[in-house]
Amino acid sequence: MRSSVIVFPGSNCDRDVAVALEKFHIKNQMVWHNDTNLPKTDLVVLPGGFSYGDYLRTGCIASKSKIIDDVIRHAKKGGLILGICNGFQILIEAGLLPGILLRNIGLRFLSKNVFLKVVNTDNQFCLNYKNKDIIQLPIAHNEGNFFAKKELLKMLEDNNLIAFKYCNKNGEIEENSNPNGSSNNIAGVISEKKNILGMMPHPERLIDPLLSGEDGSILFTSLIKS
Amino acid sequence: MKISATVTLKKDVLDPQGKAVNQTIKNMGFKNVTDVRQGKYFEIEIDEANKEKAKEIIEDICKKLLSNVVIEDYIINYK
Repeated sequence: MRSSVIVFPGSNCDRDVAVALEKFHIKNQMVWHNDTNLPKTDLVVLPGGFSYGDYLRTGCIASKSKIIDDVIRHAKKGGLILGICNGFQILIEAGLLPGILLRNIGLRFLSKNVFLKVVNTDNQFCLNYKNKDIIQLPIAHNEGNFFAKKELLKMLEDNNLIAFKYCNKNGEIEENSNPNGSSNNIAGVISEKKNILGMMPHPERLIDPLLSGEDGSILFTSLIKS
Repeated sequence: MKISATVTLKKDVLDPQGKAVNQTIKNMGFKNVTDVRQGKYFEIEIDEANKEKAKEIIEDICKKLLSNVVIEDYIINYK
């Protein structure tokens, strides 16, 4: 499998995710936002960070980058796209995923580990979570409050397009485990064709016992499972 | 031509920043303020003499960039 990590001015998780991809033998290439064409690739990764200093709206300016046209073409062909944190915000601003990410309800930047329930394991990103669907991953964001109107929430729930929800350690999805005010505790959503995943938590930060856990590894091993 | 645009959150979208500002106003002793919504203001210089054309362009920019139409409204003002 080949991947392309798009680097924007202000990306800061690009190298972390590249290390994670390479650990699982995915052949990765870094791609500058100002390029017009993606190299031959199966997976596009939009990394976390603060692209363009979060000016205007988080992810907004990055979503108008030159490379995004080709990322959209890649999406239309059914190619895989993973957006983590700021990458999720960029996917939404580019119109590749629905909803919007608002400021955290407590107006604080949150940096901590959270429990997640893997709600949908029937997609290329989450296949291997079938055996472990309550996981712990770090979050680190200021705008992670997923907001969607009632009709959209219903559509996401009815069509099983929610990948992750914030929960407690027993996997119960409840208000107290919702760190940022997200509608229905949503932490990650997938596209209708299930080829695009956007998520606020950082799987690339938990891929080694030395980093205190490997729950993130499962996402990368799912990707290479055919 | 100078045109300005104001972008605000739609009524049904939670505005935690506006809420915090509102609370601070209250804490400062301004008792009769009941609500605050925070928005963005843009001043745009455009090289287009035709007012209607300029309006169209700014409208397009507002839709595609300055606002996210899912959660925000925009108003265009002329000087």
